[in-house]
Amino acid sequence: MKPERDNISRETMVNPKKDNTLKGTLISVLLLGAFILISWFIVFAIFISR
Amino acid sequence: MRIHKYEKIWLIFGVGSLILFLIILAIGAFYKGVHPPSHMDTIDPKNVQENESFKEENLGLRQVGENEYIVNVLSSGFYYDLGKDEDGEAVNTIRIPVGAKVLFQTTSTDVVHGFHIAGTNVNMMVEPGHISTLETVMQKPGTYTLLCNEYCGSGHHYMAATVEVYEP
Amino acid sequence: MMEKHLSISPKEARLVMAHMYVAFISLLVGGLMGLLQTFVRSGSFDLPFGIGYYQILTAHGVILALVLTTFFIIGFQFALMSKTVGISDKQRLSAWIGFWTMLIGTLLTAGTILTGKANVLYTFYAPLKAFPTFYIGLALVVVGSWIACFTNFRQLAVWKKTHKGEKSPLLAFMVVINMLLWYIATLGVAATVLIQFIPWSLGMVDTINVLVSRTLFWYFGHPLVYFWLLPAYMAWYAIIPKIIGGKIFSDALARLSFVLFLMFSIPVGFHHQLTEPGIDPLWKFIQVVLTFMVIIPSLLTAFSMFATFEMAGRSKGYTSLFGWIKALPWKDVRFFAPVVGMLAFIPAGTGGIINASHQMNQVIHNTIWVTGHFHLTVGTTVILTFFGISYWLIPSLTGRKLTKKINTLGIIQTIVWSVGMFIMSGSMHIAGLLGAPRRSAYSTYTGAEQVDTWIGYQLAQAIGGTILFIGIVLMVYIFFYMVLGAPKGKASFPIAEVSEEAEPTPQYLENWKLWIGITIALILFAYTIPFIDIIQHSPPGSEGFENLIR
Repeated sequence: MKPERDNISRETMVNPKKDNTLKGTLISVLLLGAFILISWFIVFAIFISR
Repeated sequence: MRIHKYEKIWLIFGVGSLILFLIILAIGAFYKGVHPPSHMDTIDPKNVQENESFKEENLGLRQVGENEYIVNVLSSGFYYDLGKDEDGEAVNTIRIPVGAKVLFQTTSTDVVHGFHIAGTNVNMMVEPGHISTLETVMQKPGTYTLLCNEYCGSGHHYMAATVEVYEP
Repeated sequence: MMEKHLSISPKEARLVMAHMYVAFISLLVGGLMGLLQTFVRSGSFDLPFGIGYYQILTAHGVILALVLTTFFIIGFQFALMSKTVGISDKQRLSAWIGFWTMLIGTLLTAGTILTGKANVLYTFYAPLKAFPTFYIGLALVVVGSWIACFTNFRQLAVWKKTHKGEKSPLLAFMVVINMLLWYIATLGVAATVLIQFIPWSLGMVDTINVLVSRTLFWYFGHPLVYFWLLPAYMAWYAIIPKIIGGKIFSDALARLSFVLFLMFSIPVGFHHQLTEPGIDPLWKFIQVVLTFMVIIPSLLTAFSMFATFEMAGRSKGYTSLFGWIKALPWKDVRFFAPVVGMLAFIPAGTGGIINASHQMNQVIHNTIWVTGHFHLTVGTTVILTFFGISYWLIPSLTGRKLTKKINTLGIIQTIVWSVGMFIMSGSMHIAGLLGAPRRSAYSTYTGAEQVDTWIGYQLAQAIGGTILFIGIVLMVYIFFYMVLGAPKGKASFPIAEVSEEAEPTPQYLENWKLWIGITIALILFAYTIPFIDIIQHSPPGSEGFENLIR
C-alpha cells in the first residue's frame, strides 16, 4: 500500500477538479460509523446476556 | 453518476456494517431459531377457556419437566390472571428456579396489552384473538416485575405481577 | 432563476404564515402537555381538575406529532414551491381549502380529546374505542393534507410544461417526493380509519379486526417519521450550504437519497410490530432487511453534509484536516440550530438501527428507550432544523429582519433545548434499558427494588422536561417577535447553488413513473402475502372497550 498522502497529491495533480480533498469528511463519517458499531454491539451484548 | 472515492469507502464501510448486523440477526433467527415472539395460533377472545392452556385450573405456573415450566397467563384490563392458590386467593407472584426453561403463554380477554418481565428479553405484545408465547431460560436470580408496557386504558400502570427467580 | 431574490408575494406569505401560526401555537400547547407528563411521572405531582394522565398523553402525541409537524411541513413546502416553481391563484385557493380542512379536523379531534372521550393515544389502540369525532377529525386532517399534496404535484407539473427538458428545481423535486411518500403512506391510515374505525365507533359494525388495524396503522406509522425528516433534509441539502457560504455537494446524490427514501421508507411497518403475534417472523425479517435499506440514504446524507462543510471551509482557506470546522458560522443561528439537530441524529439514527434489529427489539420494545429515541429524532433533529428554518423563513414572510438580539436568543434557545433533551432523552434511554415502560403514568408497580431504580431517571426526565419547556417558551416568544416586533427590513430566502465540481444530474433521477412503480412493487412485495395471511387467519373480531379509558 502506498502512503495516503501520495495518493491524494497524485490525484490532485491528475484530476484537480474531481476528487477534492475530503479527508476530514472521511474521518468524520468513519467516527460516526464506529459509534454505530459500538452502540449496536453493546445492546446486542445486553440481548445475549439476558 | 460518479461518486467521490471517499464516499465509496464510506458506503462500503456503512453498508458493510449493516450487512454484518443482518447476518448476525439472521444466524440468531434462522439458525438458532430465536425470532421475536410471533406465535400464529388464534383464539376466541370471549371464550378463552375453550383453549386447554387458558382453562382456569391451568393458569399460572406449572412444572412440566425436570427443569421445565409453563406459565399460562390471562391478560385483562388491568391485571394478569395467574390462577389461584390453595386458599383461593389470586396469585400475584410466581417463583421460578434459576436456569429453568420456561414457556410463557398468554392471551387477552379484552384489549391490547404488553407482557414484559422488565430487565429480561421476555417482552411481547398481547392481542385479543391471538396467543402470544415465548420460551426462555431465566438466567439471573432476582425479583422481577412483570408489567404491561402497552397502553390498555386508565389503569394501565397498575397492571403488574412479580416474578422471582431463585437459586434452588 | 434561483439566485434572484424574489420575495414571496404577500398572498403566498399569508398562506404559509397561516400554517406557521397553527404550528407554533401547537408547540406551546403540546409542549405544556409534555411538561405535565414528566411531572406526573416524577411521582410528586397530581393533575388537577380530574384531568387524566392518558388524556394529556393523547393530546401531547396528537398535537406535536401530527398537528405541529404536518402544519409546519406543509407551510414550509408551500414556501419552497412558491419560491422555486411558483403558485397560481387556483393552486393557492386549493391550498387554502386544504388548510381549512386540516384545521377543522384538528379542532374536532382536539375538542374530543378535551372531553376525555378519546384517551386512546394517537396510535389508536383498537379495541379501545374513542368517540367518533376523534377519528373523523383525524380523517379530515389527512384529507386536507392530500389537497396540499395534489396542489404541490400540480405546481411542479405546470412548471414542467413551461420548462420543457429542464430538470426540476432541487427543492421542488424534494417536496414532491415527500408528498408522494405522504400520499402513499396515508392511504393505509385512511383505510383503517374510514373502513374500520369510523363505522365501528359509530356502531354501524359491531367488531373490529385488531391486527389488521394495527398493520394498516404501522404501514403509515413509519413513513410518517420520514415525512417529518425529509423537510429537515431539504434544508440540510439545499439551504444550509447557502447559509455557510458554500455550495451543494452534489445535486444528483441529494436526489438519489430522496428517491431511496421514497422507495424504502414504506414497506417497513412490521419493524414496529416485531413482538406481535399473528405475523410470520420470516416476513418480519424481510421488512427488517428493507428497513436497513432505508438507512443507506441517511449514510449518503451524512457524507454529503460533512463534505459540504469541509468544501466550504477549504474554499475559505482553512486547509488543515479539521480546520474547516472553524470556518463554519457557529454564531449564525440559522446554521447553529440545524447543525445541532444533525449531531443529534447520530445517536438518534443509531438507536433506530438497534430498534429495528429483529429479535433485539425485545430488549427495548415499549420501554421508555423508544420515547427517548424519537425525542432525539423528531424532537431534536427535526424540530431544531424547523426552528433553524423559522429564523429566516418567518422574517422573510413578514418583511422583518432577524435582529442580532433574536439571533443570540436563538442560539441560547438551541443550547437550552440541547441540554434539556440530553438530560431527558439520556435518562429515558438508560431507564428503558433497565426495563422501564413507556406510555405509563407514575407507578411503583409491585414495589420491587428494580422499579426504584427507574424513579431517579424519571426525576431526571422531569428536570430535562422543565428545561425543554423553557426552550419552548423562548421559541414561541421568538416566533411572535419575528411576526410582530422585529424591525421592518428584508431577510433573505437562502437557496444554495450546486457546486461547479459536482457531477451533472442524470436524467433518470426524474423518471417519476419508474420510482413510483418500484415503490408500489416493493410495498406489494413486502405486504401482500403477510396481509392475506393475517386476514385469512383472523380471529373473531373485537367489540369496543370504551369503559377502559374512563
